[in-house]
Amino acid sequence: MSGEAQLIDALRKGDEEAFRELVREYQPSLVRIARIYVPTQAAAEDVAAETWLGVLKGLDRFEGRSSLRTWIFRILTNIAKTRAVRDGRTLPFSAMQEPGRVPEAAVDADRFLDPEHPRWPGHWAVKPEAWPEDALLAAETRERLAEAIEALPATQRAVISLRDIEGWSSEEVRNALDLSETNQRVLLHRARSKVRAALESYLQEDTA
Amino acid sequence: MTVYAEQLSCQELVELVTDYLEGALSEEETVRFESHIGRCDGCQAYLEQIRQTVALSGRLSAGVLSPEAERALLDAFRDWRSS
Repeated sequence: MSGEAQLIDALRKGDEEAFRELVREYQPSLVRIARIYVPTQAAAEDVAAETWLGVLKGLDRFEGRSSLRTWIFRILTNIAKTRAVRDGRTLPFSAMQEPGRVPEAAVDADRFLDPEHPRWPGHWAVKPEAWPEDALLAAETRERLAEAIEALPATQRAVISLRDIEGWSSEEVRNALDLSETNQRVLLHRARSKVRAALESYLQEDTA
Repeated sequence: MTVYAEQLSCQELVELVTDYLEGALSEEETVRFESHIGRCDGCQAYLEQIRQTVALSGRLSAGVLSPEAERALLDAFRDWRSS
């Protein structure tokens, strides 16, 4: 029996420890994905709680055609979408499929010399400086990082959260969020670029 | 073709960083990317900052469940088992 089949077997037999572990493992990701659909952290936590009830309700009928993870995330997105419709919120689906056609620069254009510059076209005008290690590791820097992620558009926030905070692979993120390979990468690129810029401006203001 | 025409500008390079880290560049693009990085300390610092941003994100504490919420879920689990 595979690890997953064993887990499902344990859950069906009422193994509380197995359920507790499952909840601890998935809860952060569930809340992060729910946040794409609902406006607040509290609402996202509600959606996650409702998801677990849905998991219990469906567990006896779960046939293992998809992985347990995929199945759980499908329950989550159904609940989150239903709630978004009920609350009269427009769903960010088109945003999810399309990162947006307007190109966003990873770094402000004014950081670079003119593309027509005779000697150094498009070269750094103001070069990035190495970040001081001690400031980088300070708790406050982590707070700024968390704020910068929180400030991102929903889909960018979901992708960077799952990839860089939760450590999911790009394939797992693509499956959970139903994104193409390219769109996943574009969203990740925009998210990481903005978060880096936020850290840079914070760390520089600190050393200035 | 001049050598310059083949080189990436710094402004172009920063847009390729994620593709580079994701292994999505072609072999040729990878060579262009790495040869630029090799002689440009600004872009080297930039790439390092992106790597540090990713590493630091991995250290953010994941959203944990409050003890009350966990208890409520375990109660629901017990109800489910006994139903």
